[in-house]
Amino acid sequence: MTQLPLDGAQKLKFYQKGTLTVGNRLIDEAERTVQASAARSNALTSGHRACKGCGEALGARYAIDAAMKATGGQLIAVNATGCLEVFTTPYPETSWQMPWLHSLFGNAAAVATGVAAALRREGRDHVRVVAQGGDGGTTDIGFGCLSGMFERNDDVLYICYDNEGYMNTGVQRSSATPPAARTATTPALGPEPGNVFGTGKFVPKIAVAHDIPYVATASVADLHDLEAKVTKAMGFRGARYIQIHVPCPLGWGAASHDTIRLARLAIETGLFPIFEAEAGRITHVRKIRRALPVIDYLRPQRRFAHLLRGGQIDPRVARIQAIADRHIADYGLVEESAA
Amino acid sequence: MLEQIEGSKAMARAIALCRPQVVCAYPITPQTHIVEGVGDLVRAGELKDCEFINVESEFAALSVAIGASAAGARAYTATASQGLLFMAEAVYNAAGLGLPIVMTLGNRAIGAPINIWNDHSDAMALRESGWIQLFAETNQEAADLHILAFRLAEELSCPTMVCVDGFILTHAVERIDIPDQASVDAYLPPYEPVQSLDPADPISIGAMVGPEAFTEVRYLQHFKHQKALDLIERLSADFAARFGRVAGGLLRSYRAEDADLVVVAMGSINGTIKDVIDEMREDGLAIGLVTLTTFRPFPARALNAALERARDVLVIDRALDVGMGGPLASHVAIALRDLPRPPRLHSAIAGLGGRPTPKTSLHRLFRQATTQPWEGPHFLDLNEAVIAREIHRRSKARRAGPTAEAILKQMEIERVARLERSAS
Repeated sequence: MTQLPLDGAQKLKFYQKGTLTVGNRLIDEAERTVQASAARSNALTSGHRACKGCGEALGARYAIDAAMKATGGQLIAVNATGCLEVFTTPYPETSWQMPWLHSLFGNAAAVATGVAAALRREGRDHVRVVAQGGDGGTTDIGFGCLSGMFERNDDVLYICYDNEGYMNTGVQRSSATPPAARTATTPALGPEPGNVFGTGKFVPKIAVAHDIPYVATASVADLHDLEAKVTKAMGFRGARYIQIHVPCPLGWGAASHDTIRLARLAIETGLFPIFEAEAGRITHVRKIRRALPVIDYLRPQRRFAHLLRGGQIDPRVARIQAIADRHIADYGLVEESAA
Repeated sequence: MLEQIEGSKAMARAIALCRPQVVCAYPITPQTHIVEGVGDLVRAGELKDCEFINVESEFAALSVAIGASAAGARAYTATASQGLLFMAEAVYNAAGLGLPIVMTLGNRAIGAPINIWNDHSDAMALRESGWIQLFAETNQEAADLHILAFRLAEELSCPTMVCVDGFILTHAVERIDIPDQASVDAYLPPYEPVQSLDPADPISIGAMVGPEAFTEVRYLQHFKHQKALDLIERLSADFAARFGRVAGGLLRSYRAEDADLVVVAMGSINGTIKDVIDEMREDGLAIGLVTLTTFRPFPARALNAALERARDVLVIDRALDVGMGGPLASHVAIALRDLPRPPRLHSAIAGLGGRPTPKTSLHRLFRQATTQPWEGPHFLDLNEAVIAREIHRRSKARRAGPTAEAILKQMEIERVARLERSAS
């Protein structure tokens, strides 16, 4: 809640401050986002080839601009192969207004380790390193290198833009694809349509298990939280990990204007828990005022359409609800007063 | 300074003299002693300003080196066999990005069947990756080639692989002259990258290249290798002038000037071949040797000049292109086709998976090449009885089981039978 002094008049109260809907102009200068500033670095500048409504393009710009601000522009990015790499560098054009290196699909974390090691040896470790990739490049093919970077506590912030599948290759299942979701390799066919229940992994928890200095989840639906976490991450030395939930209109079969809405629904249903952890312990959880039913999140996405066909609610919806309920219980997602 | 020292330790010392700033280590036999040696020198403070990074795989080892090199550091790693194949994607990537990483390859066979002993299957498997590939004949050369490799790689901005025969070189103790730091510093200037990640001058490295330019990028890699042919000769001459001994070069001839039969080989087997040649020369046979030090770029012109007077050329491969034959023989055949009167070419596959290549076998092979030339590749000391029995056994039953295990079991049965016969 904030109060703006008006000359001799009644003081207006903006109860919505702190929610996601209020404009930056109502917030104190110091609390405004990096994105709201004309001085933002625009490290990932306009003109790239991302799809309309791409959550990853937003997430990457939010995160990297925040990291650029936190380091005074002394930042190098290493990128895994994937949508972000392809849509930003159709050479001779590049959207990166910062030193940027792409090597392979599965080695971004290791390449970043090498960059950080070189900077240390060259006496320029004021320059920081961020590695980034999609969920396929992070939780599947790049997982070995990621875990190695974590356990050595190399001075790298790794950011995973989690859009829950291999979108660059045409929407195939990854280990971050949720159960029941239709992908090109988990089609909505047969007695168990969509992705299999009881599979997949949530890498933030695995990152926490490495006892690295900092782990967080974030969402493009909450810019303040996302920027604060990136900024905080850059305050640590050693291995850090942030997984940002970034809806993919193409892969999820959603309207491109619904990207932020879906990201928000993922938070508010409890399906994507937002938390942070330091040195192996969860230190903060972003609360939900009132948990929404998962069906609100599933309905706008064609990848879940087979669960809601012909006005029927497939029993699998209840299983997805159980996953959200478990997140709510495990992370204590719902505010005490509301619970 | 002359020392009695294990090959791997000598290489580690030579590598340390090159002042690498980032060294990535992942263990695989028979390369382990090299990176352990470098690690010791870092811990002891003899190699200063070096990050020694224990990584989780060979794929990571080369990936870390890629990042370090792109950020302007002199980067080194070592591997062998399965390790090279596990990092294969990064091997091509380092070359495509033009990063002058130096890597030692402790040459070892590739499975299955798993085998830790020496042959050249690993180097041959990645021969088209865009790396320069140098082969050491002795441990002195193995140490020296690393110093040359860093200079060569950095002048061209092209990664370079120093291939050393596993165990035969890596684990052999020999008298080796370790150069002093001042001489190496004079030969190898500090690394000046042609591209580097720097916030003051932000560039994108590793963009996608489509059909409009991919051929040109590849051609320029090839052009770099063509330039390397001259540069290797020049840097090797400079090395010889400074250090007073020969290392590298494209190839070396031994008693080949007046030879009717010239043997072509790479790596440590050349020592044995020279002994055999000396003995056969005493018997009046006009036989010589061409030792190939540089396999990539392939020195076709130099090889032509070295072989143009020969009547017969015998190529010894320590690798097999299954379904084709000896890879080195294939290369030599292409080089020889430009000669007006090409010599007859004979191909032999020898020393696979650490199979010894004794002088008696080589004597027989060299004589046969001129007296009873064979068709296609000849497999040195192939156990014909084992082959015939296994082929027969497999023809009898569909579910014949795994080949390697069946052969070993049969060999053991026969060994025991022989023992029992000799005991009774």
